[in-house]
Amino acid sequence: MSTVLSPALARELHQLGEFDAEACLNCGVCSATCPLGIDLLPRRLFRYVVFGLAQRVREESEAIFSCLLCRACEQSCPAGVHITENVRLLRRWLLEEGL
Amino acid sequence: MALATRDVVGILADNLRKRGSVLPISARRATHWARELNLPRGGETVLYTGMMYQLIPYIERLVSLEQRLGDSPLARFSGLARRANRLVNGIALVARPPADERAEYDRVPANVARLLQQAGVSFGYLYEDDLYAGALTYDLGADEVVAAHARRVAGIFREHGVREVITIDPHTTTMLRSVYPELLGGFDVRVRSYLEVLAERDLRLGALAGEVVVHDSCVYARYENVIEEPRQLLAAAGLTVREPANARTLTWCCGGPAESLYPAKAETVAAKRVEQLREVAPDCVTMCPICLVNLRKAANGTVRFRDISEYLVEAVSSSVAGSEDKRLDEARESVS
Repeated sequence: MSTVLSPALARELHQLGEFDAEACLNCGVCSATCPLGIDLLPRRLFRYVVFGLAQRVREESEAIFSCLLCRACEQSCPAGVHITENVRLLRRWLLEEGL
Repeated sequence: MALATRDVVGILADNLRKRGSVLPISARRATHWARELNLPRGGETVLYTGMMYQLIPYIERLVSLEQRLGDSPLARFSGLARRANRLVNGIALVARPPADERAEYDRVPANVARLLQQAGVSFGYLYEDDLYAGALTYDLGADEVVAAHARRVAGIFREHGVREVITIDPHTTTMLRSVYPELLGGFDVRVRSYLEVLAERDLRLGALAGEVVVHDSCVYARYENVIEEPRQLLAAAGLTVREPANARTLTWCCGGPAESLYPAKAETVAAKRVEQLREVAPDCVTMCPICLVNLRKAANGTVRFRDISEYLVEAVSSSVAGSEDKRLDEARESVS
């Protein structure tokens, strides 16, 4: 199956709010501190956005809507990424896409 | 099989748009806690409950129903449920918590009102205009619906001449203090948690004894920097405050935010937090209705969870009773 890249994805998320996933260093501290232990969130998810993998984002809607928005990840993020707001904007994008 | 996310979010958003709350309960139910307090209507400073504590028993009934439906073949009809809910207030039909459960959660806003009165704070209450602030719908990403609701709440504040709001729970606090200014492009109302208001007042406390472990709400600790105030008040009440493994800005979530869509995941997170708390003390203080109900469920009676307002009201009552006794003793001495 071919992979479809959508350069519009990141642009659409930036239009929805202050989406700053590009600042992610992909270090994994966020995943290590997540109470849900979701290894997907947020670093791999943010890569999907940066690379324009819209379908991969859609496939991860359960992980995106499971996030507690508790900010435990942000507390330790060395790049100061607004992780929970990014996740919230992804929810908004998914809802507008009709999930 | 879980219920379809779009339908659950859709029902909550439809309710907020059409009925002013994600879980619409009658104004009589939402304001029942205030019936004996004779609080003035409106005013420059108001106590704003955002209906959070009052809604908890209804939320629990719905989550339980959601779990049963999610495990049954009916799960595939969640779209139909959303369409039906647009016509009829489904909450009123399916969520009927018992009176004692409602009374338990109603007690918290009443406690807070009494504490503020004891501290000499002048405030009013908006009664049927005290609306849910929109936290859950905002968290789920339904921003347009929440923005429209925020405009409605801001209009109510303008109409009543409200300049300062005292909140009871962290979710309403962050919505009004941090989210509304963003959504509305400005919001000229001062918003403070009652814990912040009480901490800066000379509230006469004392006479309680024992130790408690404190569970910080993620929203208070990491969104709103309300960390020292509850500890200061509990210590002033005479309690020894102990800290769990994850405390203050490193607090561990109660799991509650996942409950509306994924109750099983919420339970797993809550169970881990209960373990951390149980290792420290058998009595735990919470300051958020969502933390309270989720941790209580997960603990199944092995840890005693109580809202911070329960401790503070007890401390004030015993302090007042102690002063009364002292006055009586002095009067007796002067007579003899």
